Amino acid sequence: MGLFSRFTEGLTRTREAFREDVNLLLNRSPEVDEDFWDGLEEALIVSDMGGYSAATIVDKLRNEATRKGLRNARDVLNALNDQIAAEFVEGGDEILGGEGSIVLFVGVNGSGKTTTTGKIAKQAKDAGRTVILGCGDTFRAAAIEQLEVWAQRAGVEICARERGSDPASVCYETIERGEAIGADLVLIDTAGRLHTSADLMRELEKVVSVVRKRANLPVHLVLVIDATTGQNGLQQAREFNNALDLDGVIITKLDGTAKGGIAVAVAHYLKLPIVKLGVGEGLEDLKDFDAHEYAAGLLGDFGQE
Amino acid sequence: MFDSLQDQLQEVFDDLKGKGRLTEDDIRVAMRRVRMALLEADVSFKVVKSFVAKASARCMEADVLDSLTPAQNVIKVVLDELTSLLGETDARLNLQQGKHPNIIMLVGLQGSGKTTAAAKLAYLLKGEGHNPLLVACDVYRPAAADQLQTLGGEIGVRVYRGEGKDPVKIAKDGMQYAIDNLCDVAIVDTAGRLHVDEEMMAEAESIKAAVDPDEVLMVVDAMTGQDVVNVVETFSARVDFDGVIMSKMDGDARGGGALSIREATGKPIKFISSGEKPSSLEVFHPDRMARRILGMGDVVSLIESAVKVQQQEEEAEATERLRRMDLNLNDFLDMNRQIRKMGGVGKLISALPGGDKMMSQGQVDAHALDRMEVIINSMTKQEREKPDLINGSRRARIAAGAGVTVTAVNQLLKQYSETRKQVKKMMAAYGDFDERPGRKGRPKKGGKKGKKGGSRGRRMAMPGMGGMSLADLKKIQEMME
Ligand SMILES: Nc1nc2c(ncn2[C@@H]2O[C@H](COP(=O)(O)OP(=O)(O)OP(=O)(O)O)[C@@H](O)[C@H]2O)c(=O)[nH]1
Ligand SMILES: [Mg+2]
Repeated sequence: MGLFSRFTEGLTRTREAFREDVNLLLNRSPEVDEDFWDGLEEALIVSDMGGYSAATIVDKLRNEATRKGLRNARDVLNALNDQIAAEFVEGGDEILGGEGSIVLFVGVNGSGKTTTTGKIAKQAKDAGRTVILGCGDTFRAAAIEQLEVWAQRAGVEICARERGSDPASVCYETIERGEAIGADLVLIDTAGRLHTSADLMRELEKVVSVVRKRANLPVHLVLVIDATTGQNGLQQAREFNNALDLDGVIITKLDGTAKGGIAVAVAHYLKLPIVKLGVGEGLEDLKDFDAHEYAAGLLGDFGQE
Repeated sequence: MFDSLQDQLQEVFDDLKGKGRLTEDDIRVAMRRVRMALLEADVSFKVVKSFVAKASARCMEADVLDSLTPAQNVIKVVLDELTSLLGETDARLNLQQGKHPNIIMLVGLQGSGKTTAAAKLAYLLKGEGHNPLLVACDVYRPAAADQLQTLGGEIGVRVYRGEGKDPVKIAKDGMQYAIDNLCDVAIVDTAGRLHVDEEMMAEAESIKAAVDPDEVLMVVDAMTGQDVVNVVETFSARVDFDGVIMSKMDGDARGGGALSIREATGKPIKFISSGEKPSSLEVFHPDRMARRILGMGDVVSLIESAVKVQQQEEEAEATERLRRMDLNLNDFLDMNRQIRKMGGVGKLISALPGGDKMMSQGQVDAHALDRMEVIINSMTKQEREKPDLINGSRRARIAAGAGVTVTAVNQLLKQYSETRKQVKKMMAAYGDFDERPGRKGRPKKGGKKGKKGGSRGRRMAMPGMGGMSLADLKKIQEMME
């Protein structure tokens, strides 16, 4: 399957379920009635945007609809799409684009850090860049073997030490090795950890400070969040951001039916750009982020019909 | 745009403090906030809706504790309701003694924590004296089998990896391996899969069909949001799992998915997994989970202590009456309720020596108490407290209210006075109520859970019945025939 069809398949599945819901609303009445607003609030909640956010967004939108005299559901939904898209923050191009960069992928257990690291390595390699992977997960069983497989798939070099060794020194060596081979993209996978574990968060801070000291290229911290995550995603992002000063976010597993609404709250509160989307387990299942498209994934994409 | 939950919840209590009794309005306002709390805990939208409706109805009929504000009373009902919904079924592993091997299969989404959970389960079973085997059926994620093998090595549990890329074959070969190596439990770890991935769901079905597991457990990440319903419904329909392991409970996610899972599939949560250590798999406690989902620690502690105080007061009062050898009709009702909680008269009598025989010979009328309750219910408060007040015209009124004959009412009152006499005799036979030094003369606080009270070492006390024993109940039952 080609790149395009893969990611559209992932996202459309998400979007279609939503579109059906909203179509129902549209067909119910050409006018925007109470049922419409209720249904809209439900759809927003179901997207994991959060109960308060959903209520607030609907309130705001009702005001706008009255103010602007929006009469039909389609206009309202377009306005909503704009409103949500506007929550997302521009930027983050410097993290993976063009210029040299050292990127550390962080996040809770199982969010998709290693897989994403592998996919990004492949994409960058294909774009002609010199990539090196660093295995900063020296903790989880077989994490090293897992990243090695991805390095092989992407055809890039990997720097790893045995399990249990100090992750900071692995990072140090990776940067050194990257310098030696003239790498312009250093991608470092880190061990999954819950933001509630003070010890592990401290360990990560130490790793990052070692990397920053040693770095010859700009250092970027990217939080990987699973799209199925509910309201706790915001808490995760907050804690990781407090500890590490994040530069961007990647949302994975958008090939399921989860809509990834928590990304809106994360963008809103932490002003972090979303740099990539994960839409599957394959090498190519990586997608660029587009605010309107993402909002449409939550909302149904009426503009295109 | 996104107000903090804590502030919102605080408002609930500020709004409602000191307003006295629960009104429909109180319930509605408090429930609005409960609804938000549940949504913020990731309980699925539809489940929140039906839960709030159900709990609101319960609030209307619930007893109100005077020591709590109306909002706190609402929260109390919500908490009780949540606890009971979360824990309605027996949540043990279905392992069959003597079967070799018992088979446990794990399924779930990618990254939910199946492999870690498999190792933890093996560790737990090993600690219980089993000889488990871990079977690595994830042939997709790079190094998944390595991960299981490493974990198995760390906890001293055998791991079967098999050959090739066919998880169905690996699973089947794994079962043979378990038999050959005298492993009495085989734990099949499968690849993470999306519920919408038709091919992968079919594969899970095939693995299940091939090994015919005794227990299929679905591993669900406690952080999962609204999508959990779609996921578990599909997994339930396709592989019909028996229970759930909630993973990553060491985080601060409120885990509202647990409630959604119960409501959407009826499947119980069996374990919670909290941490990366092999020992961090624990039995699921519905009450703790209910509190976590609701997330109002302070209020909940407050409610719990108020409930405790109330219980103690009620028990002390009942005990005091017994001490004065003065049983009233409310005590009759209490007894009936306690007995029903314990499974009814039938069960109670069966538990007594010779009780089974009595039951089978039809000597016990299991519904006598229920009939009594109907009659007592149509008495006024005063009449229940002072049955001596009940004269002829009152009897006629009570009979009409309960839809029984006056004879039935007379019979009840006769039973009551006989019971009272009997209780008096029993109490006299026990001698002084409190035998512990330094507490003479004070009524002891009910025989709650048989732990407190002076009946220790003498007779087993009945819960909430101030020192009465099973044997006494039997006598009462005999009198009522
Ligand atoms: N469907 C789907 N699965 C994904 C995606 N990204 C990762 N996964 C799967 O999610 C699981 C966990 O991914 P990993 O990359 O190992 O996650 P991690 O964050 O490195 O995990 P830890 O290092 O254990 O904390 C694997 O089974 C991946 O194949 C995605 O975009 N879609
Ligand atoms: Mg990893």
